[in-house]
Amino acid sequence: MVIIQRRPGAPGGPFKRETMMKRLLTVSLLGAAIAAGSAQARDYDTVRIGVDIPYVPMEYRTPSGELAGFDIELGNALCEQAELKCNWVEQGWDGIIPGLMSRKFDAIMSSMTINDERRQQVLFSDPYLVPPSAWFAPSSTQMAGVESSDLKDKNIGVQRGTVQDSYVTDKFGDVANIQRYASADDVAVDMETGRLDIAFLDYPTGQAALLKGGKYKTMGELMTEPKEYFGDGFGIAFRQRDKALAEKFNEALATLKSNGTYDEIHDKYFNEDGTNAPQAQE
Amino acid sequence: MQELLQSLAPWLNDNAIFTPSTLAQYWEGFVNTVQLVFISLVLGLFLAVPLAIGRASPIRAISKSIWLFTWVFRGTPLLIQLYIAYYGLAFIPGARESILWPLIKDPLYPALLAFTLNTAAYTTEIFYGAIKAMPRGELEAARAYGMSPMMAYRRIILPSALRRALPAYGNEVIFMLHASAIASVVTIADLTGVAYNIYARFYAPFSAFIFVAVCYMVLSFSIQGLFRLLEKRMLAHLQPR
Repeated sequence: MVIIQRRPGAPGGPFKRETMMKRLLTVSLLGAAIAAGSAQARDYDTVRIGVDIPYVPMEYRTPSGELAGFDIELGNALCEQAELKCNWVEQGWDGIIPGLMSRKFDAIMSSMTINDERRQQVLFSDPYLVPPSAWFAPSSTQMAGVESSDLKDKNIGVQRGTVQDSYVTDKFGDVANIQRYASADDVAVDMETGRLDIAFLDYPTGQAALLKGGKYKTMGELMTEPKEYFGDGFGIAFRQRDKALAEKFNEALATLKSNGTYDEIHDKYFNEDGTNAPQAQE
Repeated sequence: MQELLQSLAPWLNDNAIFTPSTLAQYWEGFVNTVQLVFISLVLGLFLAVPLAIGRASPIRAISKSIWLFTWVFRGTPLLIQLYIAYYGLAFIPGARESILWPLIKDPLYPALLAFTLNTAAYTTEIFYGAIKAMPRGELEAARAYGMSPMMAYRRIILPSALRRALPAYGNEVIFMLHASAIASVVTIADLTGVAYNIYARFYAPFSAFIFVAVCYMVLSFSIQGLFRLLEKRMLAHLQPR
């Protein structure tokens, strides 16, 4: 089960205006680095991790302002395991990959789906969570299922640029009317108004946004296949050259998975089938 | 259109982004943008003429209430007005049971409502300015001929004021075209919305957005050309000789 990319990561590095001074400085620093014979990859003892808040239940703030969520807890546990000091840096989704490239932070742990387009820009850790996608419809819906025949001429809501968007566009673009929204909250609002007949979202988000009051239900199976749409799950993103740092996190993740810490955190936020555990709700 | 796009296919050289199917989406976005902007401008224009006359009215109740309308719509961002029209209207109690619901449900009509009222507000002020700037002599001449205010408006003030407002109104039309780029936030697949979809799909911001930028430029220059022609015809008496 996987989610999609939530919103599209802005590709490409940032456009930076460089002054002559800066360029000279870069060149001389580069020269110094080469002279010292040290490769560029640094040894990190403090790692800054970029995160886009809120995205319940993956990352959010508690009413008292504390960071919480599956990403946050797992990230902290990974850092402890790898004996690194970690700071969280808040960054909006659209600028999160450029932020990594421009060294505002050293890693991204923000429910980022691993896919080929992003692999060209960043280096991913092993997947740490594979959440499913699901169909959500009003409890009173007349629809019998989620086949093409059921969805004919229906209004389907998706979050623009997500894996769910790609999947629905390719599979049902000819038969149904697909409405694309900037955020999952907008999808939820238009489910409420009745403009949408059904929504296709990643399960944790859809559950947090729609399943609370009993007015909505899931339709069909939770989906993680086919892989070409739903990808490989969430990964932590690093700059391409920080291979050693990614390796540290992979080792820590393997350790946490074998010693039970991972399951402990997972059970706190998710039920066995990948649905949100009740205490993880807002 | 489909055949035309298919016939383009060999020219595209298997380009990853510009395929007949994405070009068809762009075409749809182009049609949606032109339709949205054109309809709201026409409706806005028809609203603005009587509103501008009312705004110049000596009766304070009329002129002040129209001033309030333009003040509100010019004083708030169009994006906010669009949000209120699209999300807000749907939450008025009873809206979903009313006979208007099929209109509110479709994103096109709330967007038309917001765009029309917005452009009507700006156009009202443009026309009002032109009416205020009428040379006094012409008004006095009209009165001296015994014209009633109605007739003076019909024969003297409006023909002259609307002509002189033409260049400023041409700007408003182009601003409206560019402002329509926000329509995609309420799920309308306009040019910008389509570009955003294609960018999100292929991670190719330059190709996706530069292509629509060119589309907007073509539209802007066409509008500019049209207004230049109009001005040449209708403002011939003001041209330097």
